[in-house]
Amino acid sequence: MAETAAPGRLTLRAVPTAIPRARPGVWSRFRRHRLALVGAGILVVLVLVAALAPLVFSLDPYKVDLRAYRKPPTPEHLLGTDASGRDVLARLIFGARVSLSVGVVAVSIYTLLGVVLGAIAGYRGGTVDNVIMRLADIFLAFPRLIIIITLASLVGPSIYNVMLIIGLLGWPPIARIVRGMFLSLREREFVVGARVSGARDTRIMFRHIVPNVLAPVIVAATFGMAGAILLEAGLSFLGLGVQPPMASWGNMLNAAQSLTILEGMPWLWLPPGVMIAITVLSLNFVGDGLRDALDPYQTMSSEK
Amino acid sequence: MLVYILRRLLIAIPVLIGVTIVTYGFISMAPGDPVTALLDPEQMSTLGPDWVEQQKAALGLDKPVPVRYVLWLGEAARGNLGYSAVDRRPVAQKLGERIGPTLRLMIAALLIALLVGIPIGILSAVKQYSWLDYVSNLAGLAMISIPGFFLGLAAIYLFALKLQILPTAGMATIGEPPSLWDQFRHLLLPAFVLGLAEAAPLIRYARSSMLEVIHQEYVRVARAKGLSEWTVLLVHALRNALIPLITIIALQLPTLVGGAVIIEQIFAWPGMGTLAISAIFGRDYPTIMAINLISAVMIILSSLIADVMYAVVDPRVHYN
Repeated sequence: MAETAAPGRLTLRAVPTAIPRARPGVWSRFRRHRLALVGAGILVVLVLVAALAPLVFSLDPYKVDLRAYRKPPTPEHLLGTDASGRDVLARLIFGARVSLSVGVVAVSIYTLLGVVLGAIAGYRGGTVDNVIMRLADIFLAFPRLIIIITLASLVGPSIYNVMLIIGLLGWPPIARIVRGMFLSLREREFVVGARVSGARDTRIMFRHIVPNVLAPVIVAATFGMAGAILLEAGLSFLGLGVQPPMASWGNMLNAAQSLTILEGMPWLWLPPGVMIAITVLSLNFVGDGLRDALDPYQTMSSEK
Repeated sequence: MLVYILRRLLIAIPVLIGVTIVTYGFISMAPGDPVTALLDPEQMSTLGPDWVEQQKAALGLDKPVPVRYVLWLGEAARGNLGYSAVDRRPVAQKLGERIGPTLRLMIAALLIALLVGIPIGILSAVKQYSWLDYVSNLAGLAMISIPGFFLGLAAIYLFALKLQILPTAGMATIGEPPSLWDQFRHLLLPAFVLGLAEAAPLIRYARSSMLEVIHQEYVRVARAKGLSEWTVLLVHALRNALIPLITIIALQLPTLVGGAVIIEQIFAWPGMGTLAISAIFGRDYPTIMAINLISAVMIILSSLIADVMYAVVDPRVHYN
């Protein structure tokens, strides 16, 4: 893999520092990925606004004002009001809390499940491995969206159920990555060393081997978060996710399905859609940057 | 090869049975049942609990879940997917009506994805690090980041409401004699919205697979022979670059199945997706089971097709 010159540094090629370092800084490689930096910046702003704006300004996403029925943007309501006279901007900011927390919680659940199941399958091998991986096959053969909407309608749509459903169904790809790496790592000297020194299996698995598989897992989790936010939005859009009056970007769009709103009241459907796209795009940028930074041998994106 | 296909089909059977067990298990945990769901409470009080029990027995709902599952599986294996709990029509017949429109939408979307994704991916590999490469990478990421339903709404807003050049929904204009042109116009928007999302990963993989090929020595030989650049790229490099793409295309099919659900809903497309949504809201469990089963079959078949095509296209690949 040829060294790619960092943009902006002109004399790099002449300097004889071509001896590859054992582990060049992850951060410096991430920093070179400009889109990833932009994405990370946007995400930080989003998290700050979602967390702090309701504390600083007086925002009430639930305050019904029937005199302000679907009013276009005014200085008082910067993004107008919806069918119940609720402030669209306030709902947008509270919707960010929903999207971000669904992304984080759902992906945490399935990453944890995937790492544990993949580690057990890869470390134990044999029947245990077979059972877990066939289970993964079954979960991968599910028509994802269809089984998710089936489940959402069965357990009742709510933000917690959406987190749980996405969390419980998403583990197989992570488990596959972890298992694959465990198969080769468990034969390495440091594992034998740990075993000789009397470490228990769980300790070897989670203290010694798991840190070595985290890089691709983190990358997959970042992309997974983008996917989970899209799924939540899709579910809420269909009316099977977060339920009103709680605001979510997806259910704000659900209210905009009628042609009159679509044609005449863009402030009701444009902002939530744009917010979903920006958030998901930022996560994908960061995922791209992390992949290049953490795993320089598997580059497929813009920087290589 | 035939042995390989047979073996893969045999492996697929337990996976499919697993899918149906899990789905059946989920569905049987559902609160309520189709009998009470269809009646309003006042009517029920006049009919009495005995009548409800009788109706449940008629639908086979009085038996324990594992028994019901085995009965369902036996019938499904013989092609009987049961009767809709809502309108009592055979589920297989309902699905049969819907599968055509869904396939039409999916095939059109896949064609669009291929026609958009592969040329752009190839071009950005050939012009690596150019502005075109940069823009196509950005556009690809944007296409997977914009939710399909938002893109769909925006497309309806722009092309159907503002420009008024395409219809907003449906598969054909109601009340007009069916014409190919009319159906084509209805297909255009949903197929593009669904296809663009599928094109994004294709751009990425086409690019990386082409990049891998054009740095190989036989390509340099072709250039050294004095062939024109386009002959080198299109005749020599492209053929090998396309091989890994076949797998990617087949593995995309499941997302196409899922994406179609939401897109069909927005465009009121009379396919399996809209059927799935209405079955879910109507607690029509036989139909839900059947849709899950059919989708799982489609997903398993597509990964089998991917592996088989791979061996067909690339003579170096052997399965034993």
